[in-house]
Amino acid sequence: MNWFGWLQFAIYIFILLVLVKPLGLYMARVYQGERTFLALVLAPVERFFYRLASVKPEEEMNWRIYAGTLLVFNLIGLLFLYLLLRIQHVLSLNPQNFGPVSPDLAFNAAVSFTTNTNWQSYGGETTMSILSQTLGLTVQNFLSAATGLAVLVALIRGLVRHTTDKLGNFWVDLTRSTLYILLPLALILAVALVSQGVVQTFQPAAVVQTLDPTSGAVTQILPLGPAASQVAIKQLGTNGGGHFNVNSAHPFENPTPLSNFLEMLAILLIPAALTYTFGKMVGDTRQGWSILAAMTLLLVLMAGVAIWAESQGNPALASLGIDQSLGNMEGKEVRFGVAASALWATLTTAASNGSVNAMHDSFTPLGGLVPMWMMQLGEVIFGGVGSGLYGMLAFVVIAVFVAGLMVGRTPEYLGKKIEIYEMKMAALIVLIPVLTVLIGTAVALVLPAGRAGIFNAGPQGFSEVLYAYSSAGNNNGSAFAGLGANSVFYNATLGLAMLVARYALIVPVLAMAGSLARKKKVPESAGTLPTHTPLFIAWLIGVIVIVGALSFLPALALGPIVQQLLLGTGRLF
Amino acid sequence: MTAKNSQAANLRGELYRRAALDAFKKLDPRRQVRNPVMFVTEIGSLLTTLLWIQALTGKGEAPTGFVGAIALWLWFTVLFANFSEALAEGRGKAQAESLRKARQDTPARRLRSDPANLEEARQVAETISSTRLQKGDLYLVEAGDILPADGDIALGIASVDESAVTGESAPVVRETGGDRSAVTGGTRLLSDWLIVRVSADPGEGFLDRMIAMVEGAKRQKTPNEIALSILLSSFSVVFLVVCATLLPYSQFSVQAAGQGAPITITVLVALLICLIPTTIGGLLSAIGIAGMDRLIQRNVIALSGRAVEAAGDVDVLLLDKTGTITLGNRQAVEFIPVGGVDPRVLAEAAQLASLADETPEGRSVVVLAKEKFGLRGQTMAASEKAPHGMHFIPFTAQTRMSGVDYNGTSIRKGAPDTMMALVQSGGNPLPPDLAPAVDDIARSGGTPLVVARDGQALGVIHLKDIVKGGIKERFAQLRRMGIKTVMITGDNPLTAAAIAAEAGVDDFLAQATPEAKLKLIREYQAGGRLVAMTGDGTNDAPALAQADVAVAMNTGTQPAREAANMVDLDSNPTKLIEIVEIGKQLLMTRGALTTFSIANDVSKYFAIIPAAFASIYPALGALNFMRLATPRSAILSAVIFNALIIIALIPLALRGVPYRPKPAAQLLRDNLLIYGLGGLIAPFIGIKLIDMLLMLLHLV
Repeated sequence: MNWFGWLQFAIYIFILLVLVKPLGLYMARVYQGERTFLALVLAPVERFFYRLASVKPEEEMNWRIYAGTLLVFNLIGLLFLYLLLRIQHVLSLNPQNFGPVSPDLAFNAAVSFTTNTNWQSYGGETTMSILSQTLGLTVQNFLSAATGLAVLVALIRGLVRHTTDKLGNFWVDLTRSTLYILLPLALILAVALVSQGVVQTFQPAAVVQTLDPTSGAVTQILPLGPAASQVAIKQLGTNGGGHFNVNSAHPFENPTPLSNFLEMLAILLIPAALTYTFGKMVGDTRQGWSILAAMTLLLVLMAGVAIWAESQGNPALASLGIDQSLGNMEGKEVRFGVAASALWATLTTAASNGSVNAMHDSFTPLGGLVPMWMMQLGEVIFGGVGSGLYGMLAFVVIAVFVAGLMVGRTPEYLGKKIEIYEMKMAALIVLIPVLTVLIGTAVALVLPAGRAGIFNAGPQGFSEVLYAYSSAGNNNGSAFAGLGANSVFYNATLGLAMLVARYALIVPVLAMAGSLARKKKVPESAGTLPTHTPLFIAWLIGVIVIVGALSFLPALALGPIVQQLLLGTGRLF
Repeated sequence: MTAKNSQAANLRGELYRRAALDAFKKLDPRRQVRNPVMFVTEIGSLLTTLLWIQALTGKGEAPTGFVGAIALWLWFTVLFANFSEALAEGRGKAQAESLRKARQDTPARRLRSDPANLEEARQVAETISSTRLQKGDLYLVEAGDILPADGDIALGIASVDESAVTGESAPVVRETGGDRSAVTGGTRLLSDWLIVRVSADPGEGFLDRMIAMVEGAKRQKTPNEIALSILLSSFSVVFLVVCATLLPYSQFSVQAAGQGAPITITVLVALLICLIPTTIGGLLSAIGIAGMDRLIQRNVIALSGRAVEAAGDVDVLLLDKTGTITLGNRQAVEFIPVGGVDPRVLAEAAQLASLADETPEGRSVVVLAKEKFGLRGQTMAASEKAPHGMHFIPFTAQTRMSGVDYNGTSIRKGAPDTMMALVQSGGNPLPPDLAPAVDDIARSGGTPLVVARDGQALGVIHLKDIVKGGIKERFAQLRRMGIKTVMITGDNPLTAAAIAAEAGVDDFLAQATPEAKLKLIREYQAGGRLVAMTGDGTNDAPALAQADVAVAMNTGTQPAREAANMVDLDSNPTKLIEIVEIGKQLLMTRGALTTFSIANDVSKYFAIIPAAFASIYPALGALNFMRLATPRSAILSAVIFNALIIIALIPLALRGVPYRPKPAAQLLRDNLLIYGLGGLIAPFIGIKLIDMLLMLLHLV
């Protein structure tokens, strides 16, 4: 491991932070209904959509209607996708003539893409027709991200507004998120990726002659497809569902160091910029910066641990005389190396993205602990598009509550008192993913159907199951591999976990937004707890880490922690 | 040891004994279920006790002694928590008992009709039990009687011993009409007689409500307490699932590792109880009761727990000028002669005019003349100066002046405009320096009184509001805490502004009417602020009802006391500031102990996790950096620490976290350092020490 890896890390953080303000400001303008430079082209399109669907954009909704509309819209998306996958064999754009997707897998995949998880129990290039990929999966990549954005915007409005029950219009927020934010960014990124060699075609797989016929295989099938357009939104929308099975480790999805950098940047771009949007909309950008600071500090710390752990290499291999100076290269692309792989792993789990450019299963125990724990923290370190920040705000509510008590006042955040109802909702938002992960893992370990999928021995096998439910239970979507997840049991239980983690959180978030919007705004005074100071940032980090550590330390002890300790004694799994 | 000390020690001993007994009574699951965290602990204790019995039969999952020790300490955990609550309640109970004595069933003389005088009343009186008095009834009390019910005086004036309620033995005068017409059931009439109209049905009187509040019988969880309970319950749910899922995790791990035994139920329960926030969960209700108790100790009765909490949130204090900011009355501070009059002549005239004036202002004029010019020995009786005695002319609203006549000399003092009219009507010119002197005093916030002798203006007395010592610093403190102070006064704006500036309040409401007060409160509330105020008069009642924290003076009228949510038995308006501090302290104590409790968990993990999985993965011993002797001693030490910390923190819960008036950011920093960092570190040391002790005594 050399200084270049760390430099790349530093440059990444720098560029990311530079982009926060301009994009954040733009998004704030979009959501506040102000005119942006794209309006010239997009405003007529937007109006056309509203007319087509007879939506009255100025008609605002209370939280119940907002949530109801959102749920129905997502349900329709889910059913449509399920149906599409089930009958893809009779539809067009299926050059490889794939059969229908099995019911359990279709359920799992449909849930996975509508919930912004993008857990994949299948290999895309060997399962999905081009129509399924484009009309099904890619469409949900956009809509699930836009749904997350809409929920966040409603929550922000709840904090900004007072003595009203109106949170905005879901259709408007959804349309604007897609039209003004996701589509333009995805277009730019897709074109940039194509320039780097990411494939974008409707051609069937290419069959080529191998260079070395002595290897036994004379011909090789090279799957193709409209990858660039799907990869762009999978990164930007924190979806993560790859066009190909090996995701962004595939040379057609991620061919060059530059494409790798751009894809990494796209993972955190919107979640990071949303903190500024938040600050701008609540009228105090310091509030956004302080949340961004808490996120960034945790990210840097954890990415640092991952990069360090991976660059140490494997002592067992080193003792056999195998050069470990490049670090632990098992399961990593030589194009990217240790630093870019470990960084990606941290980013993709910090955000609820889940795309990979290396196999997390092959990380050192400590390096594998980082992505697992990043998910278990509730996907709030940047997190999913929209969902990361609303999850983070639930943590802020809890942090503010306890800190507020310590200064002797009924706690308040941005002038809104945190009372019984908010506490209930915030507790649900933090609680549900934790319970989903712990219970899901336990069920899988107890039932024979769950144990049947575990391929590896010892703590590693345990980690694989824990990782799978951490991923589904937090809508991340990345996998530890090594787990035979395409079974009825895993497809069903992981699908259920994804549904719970998504919608059992969205409803309390919107309910909290509704309750906050009805409250009066308390003016700030010297007795008000400041929520933009370094002290508060440290406290917020402390609350997140303590909740994460306390909930998962025993489980992690039986997985990666003990494995890391055994690694020192030369035992591998 | 003095007798008094030993008596106090006895009393304390009795308090502890009763609390210890109550701690056992509170084990009743129907009571325990109200506190989810401790309910879980109790179930855990029960479960481990059953496991211990199982172990006694020789089929135990772990050595009998170990399971028994865990069970014992878990029971202690519950008992300690119950003890803290019982102790907090005990203090209030003692006070409630003395109150209840005052509320004994007394005979009441109910009046069948509305009499015009005492004789008539005696004729229409019938003696019944006080419990039969209904709201609206009239009753008669005479000297020596105990008042049977709360009410408003319909007729009469009398002195009343209210020590049963206030603890203050000096009698107070109660009379019909005005702001002192309310009487409280259970107090004793010392002189004269009263006819009283009952204002509360039996069992709903002021004393009844006080007893209920003090005893905590009617104590309901306050909103903030509920919100905190929700947080604590959700932590408990998480830890419950963490521990429950640990069983299958460890079973799987046994297979995976090919060695060891799954985690035992005993250890799982121990881990669970160590992790759930028992420290704050156990002390939560004691903190709330103790907060009320601190108010009671300052002679303030909160009629709802919500009000105590709201006191901590108050952003605006409406303070009556008189009595709170200034001493009760204006005082003479200067004599300003006009028209070349000798100051001594003015002082003497002023003193003579005030001799019979028993108002504090009048007395202060006499005192000032004595201090400045050594004038003394004047009497109203016949003397050298006035052989026929002096004739005092009292102040009336019509004349708006007072004075004295003797030997054909007449001295008058009064408001400038009436006095000027008097001088001019006698055909005398006004001295040119009179008007400027009057204006100067008014502008400085004082009250000018013009003195004239035989129709000639002598000069002006400067009466001034005396701002209480230290009040300015107090207001500066409040400002740092983010609380705005507003002075309410009937004075004109000029005077009000001057006093406001001198006292350092943030704002003032001059020429305040009840309507103006009410409007001001509503305006602040519409802006999202919480308003606290004190009041005593009936005309304060609407404003008191509107304010978020309303403190009525015990000397106040019944409507004022009904409208308020706290009653100050000492009738000291400055106490509002203390009430705010107590409210803040209450919340701070909750926050600090929550932080402490959760921070403690980190160390408990490091004690228990390596111990629990020692047989499966000995390598996890690396996490045991406290170097606790054996897995069993580690687990037992954590459980013991968890129980003992509750006892150790009872004094803090009852006393409250020390409160210093500081801005929120500094308070947070200080408390995080003490209770956050302290909570992280302290248990590492505590658990290690307990472990060493256990080893030393060969207990494990």
